[in-house]
Amino acid sequence: MSASLTHLKALEAESIHILREVAAEFENPVMLYSIGKDSAVMVRLAQKAFHPSKLPFPLLHIDTTWKFRDMIAFRDEFARANGFELLVHTNRAPEAQGVNPFDHGSQRYTTVMKTHALVQAIAKWGFDAAFGGARRDEEKSRAKERVYSFRDRASQWDPKNQRPELWNLYNGRIHKGESIRVFPLSNWTELDVWQYIHLEKIPIVPLYFAARRPVVMRDGALIMVDDERMRLLPGEVPEQRVVRFRTLGCYPLTGAIESTATTLPEIIREMLLTRHSERQGRMIDHDEKGSMETKKREGYF
Amino acid sequence: MRGVPEKQLLDGDVEAYLALQQKKELLRFLTCGSVDDGKSTLIGRLLHDSNVVHDDQLDALRRDSAKRSSAGGAIDYSLLVDGLVSEREQGITIDVAYRYFATDRRKFIIADTPGHEQYTRNMATGASTADLAVILVDARLGVLPQTRRHSTIAALLGIRHVIVAVNKMDLRGYERSVFEAIRQEYQPFAEKLGFASIQYIPMSALQGDNVVAGSERMPWYEGPPLLAYLETVPFARSRDLEALRFPVQYVLRPDLGFRGFAGTIASGVVRPGATVVCLPSGRSTKVARVVTYDGDLAEAAAPLAVTLTLADEVDVGRGDTIVGAGEGRPRVARSIEADVVWMNEAPLRVGASYLLKHGTRMVSAEVSEIHDRVDVTTLERHPARSLGLNDIGRVSLTAARPLVFDAYAACHATGAFILVDRMTNGTDGAGMIRGPGAHEPGASATGEGVTAEERAKRLGQNAAVVVMTGPDHVRQEELARALERRLWDDGHTAHVLEGRDVAALGVCQRLGLISIVVAGVGQASADPSAAPGARDAERVVVPSPDASIEAIVEELRARGVFRS
Ligand SMILES: Nc1nc2c(ncn2[C@@H]2O[C@H](COP(=O)(O)OP(=O)(O)O)[C@@H](O)[C@H]2O)c(=O)[nH]1
Repeated sequence: MSASLTHLKALEAESIHILREVAAEFENPVMLYSIGKDSAVMVRLAQKAFHPSKLPFPLLHIDTTWKFRDMIAFRDEFARANGFELLVHTNRAPEAQGVNPFDHGSQRYTTVMKTHALVQAIAKWGFDAAFGGARRDEEKSRAKERVYSFRDRASQWDPKNQRPELWNLYNGRIHKGESIRVFPLSNWTELDVWQYIHLEKIPIVPLYFAARRPVVMRDGALIMVDDERMRLLPGEVPEQRVVRFRTLGCYPLTGAIESTATTLPEIIREMLLTRHSERQGRMIDHDEKGSMETKKREGYF
Repeated sequence: MRGVPEKQLLDGDVEAYLALQQKKELLRFLTCGSVDDGKSTLIGRLLHDSNVVHDDQLDALRRDSAKRSSAGGAIDYSLLVDGLVSEREQGITIDVAYRYFATDRRKFIIADTPGHEQYTRNMATGASTADLAVILVDARLGVLPQTRRHSTIAALLGIRHVIVAVNKMDLRGYERSVFEAIRQEYQPFAEKLGFASIQYIPMSALQGDNVVAGSERMPWYEGPPLLAYLETVPFARSRDLEALRFPVQYVLRPDLGFRGFAGTIASGVVRPGATVVCLPSGRSTKVARVVTYDGDLAEAAAPLAVTLTLADEVDVGRGDTIVGAGEGRPRVARSIEADVVWMNEAPLRVGASYLLKHGTRMVSAEVSEIHDRVDVTTLERHPARSLGLNDIGRVSLTAARPLVFDAYAACHATGAFILVDRMTNGTDGAGMIRGPGAHEPGASATGEGVTAEERAKRLGQNAAVVVMTGPDHVRQEELARALERRLWDDGHTAHVLEGRDVAALGVCQRLGLISIVVAGVGQASADPSAAPGARDAERVVVPSPDASIEAIVEELRARGVFRS
């Protein structure tokens, strides 16, 4: 019976089931929208899950204020064109103290501007469930992550208190003040995501495609000079290079790759032929061993 | 770039390549083995050889392999999946780690179940979504109690296809006799488990024999290597029924003109125009449309997630099940018998009450009986009074509301449930339904009609008549409606009869309903015979005209109308 069902259809159905289950069982869910390709797929799946109704939850973007300008422009147009309710939250306290990605190290900066900000936003709006676009194939430590990941009242991930998940019977019972993070894309791989974007013609931020952009080489990574806040070190002179990004985040912390891929098939080809993993462009992972694990405990995805 | 036709990609025909990729099927399999059987080495090699491992990870792998001298300088593939060791030390509960890889034919999801103490729980979790199990056997040790345990759990969880991977053949000189002896020992045991297919593969995960490539060192083995077998084994989910099962998950009402029932097709096929029945209400109607974001479908099959609209206004909501009108109806019962895997430190005991999640329905359920516990090594069943952590046993449960189900063996999606602790909210148990409980009315029904007792049990009430009296007809009617609502909200089946409908009272009593009769204008007498048919009723209550709803409910309770 399932013989003719393709793996993408099977993944799509599974994700839609998860999205509907959460909408049915939780009072105040939210979808974390990071503007990246995984978020793009997750939002499309939500549109499919609730068609012809509108999304029964808002999108939430945690804005560190250091995102690429193209990302913010894309985000606003995306929400406007689709009529999504978009919430944006920034952790203003550290910003006032001048916390920035240059002086504070990617580790600490991320903790404050992303992890803490997310915890604040969840408390502020009283969300009891938050969808995130993380995939289990992203790295080794995510392989055992549940689809429903429980957080205590302080939004902390308690590794000893996670529930077994059997079949598609998710246990969404929580006490007041607790919440869950839900990962509808758990079983997708990077290639699945790209194939789906291609197949479904899902719009993505232009930064994923190659173009001439001003960059400097720093610590072995190509960093784009996206606005005037970029601090150049002595001797650094921005140069125009044809680059693109495999993953998007805060521009001073996101490395570009040299590439001429300007179409989805070209991106996919490059991805299949490249010999480096996706997360390599994300500087936060290199900071310290087991850093993902630490962040998760604090409430980061 | 081993798994991908690199040339084709480099030649630039990515579109053709993608078109091919989009035809891939998804196979989920489980790997089980005792510590040191070589499971990590095997999975690491599959990932490596199918190109999931990138160069930056490979560099790290080479560095780490060199540090550990056990592999004698060669790459130690097990390090690729070793992410769990440190977590075990930290006391993190890991049921299953999921790994992904793909070839040109199929995408694979491996459920890798670590740990030995929690083996049953972990394996059950991984097996619940798997189509196939790879059971590792160390060629030096042969079939161990552990091997039997893995096989039994796989079978109980409904896995139909098994690969017995006889690993470390290099340490036994690649001898055919070693392999054959293991096969001959395993086969009689496995026959009792009723797998649809068993494939025996001699291999060396370390040396790579019969994992991805064949083995020149075992020319006597004529079957395919593991990967080739995984790519081609037919795994059509025999567990799915032909008949439609559609548990309603979410109701979509974007505007007054649209009322759609969203859900995942658990089994069968749905088409516009098909006659369907909504359970447990039993209302029948037709499917109007099969709606998706990508347009209406002329046909949709399991496991697609779709939205149905119905031809009639039927009262359907989350937790109800829409089924095909033809043959092969599911059972509807409050009492079920099931095999339960217990996953909590505190044991399962008779009389305990849990939240039972079945499909999209969450109901309260009580353990009414524990029949036995399975010894997963010998398949013997022993009498038991409780089920402890990692035990599997047969249990009867009684739910507060009817469940619409099939036997797990016939359909996983409508035969599986979990048990949730009311206080901690933990998932304490997982169950696989075998059928209606022994005490369920109709469980043993063999053609004879349904008795009054059976009806009373199903409805949770005995038939009764409440006759409203008093001079004020409007007040009588108001009170009757309020009572009807109150009883209904309490889970009873009550209805108001007035005017000519009163003639139907006899039938309503036979159906086991609580009938509230509005006797008529000016009817002040307390004579129940005012309502024809009430005379024959077993339980008749005639409250005084100024009685409160509470008082009437109390009176009904005193008369034994409510059964719990
Ligand atoms: N000789 C030999 N050793 C193996 C083979 N497969 C695994 N091993 C070794 O057996 C040990 C345990 O393997 P590992 O994959 O960690 O086992 P796991 O505990 O089941 O994951 C390691 O030292 C491996 O190198 C094999 O096919 N032949």
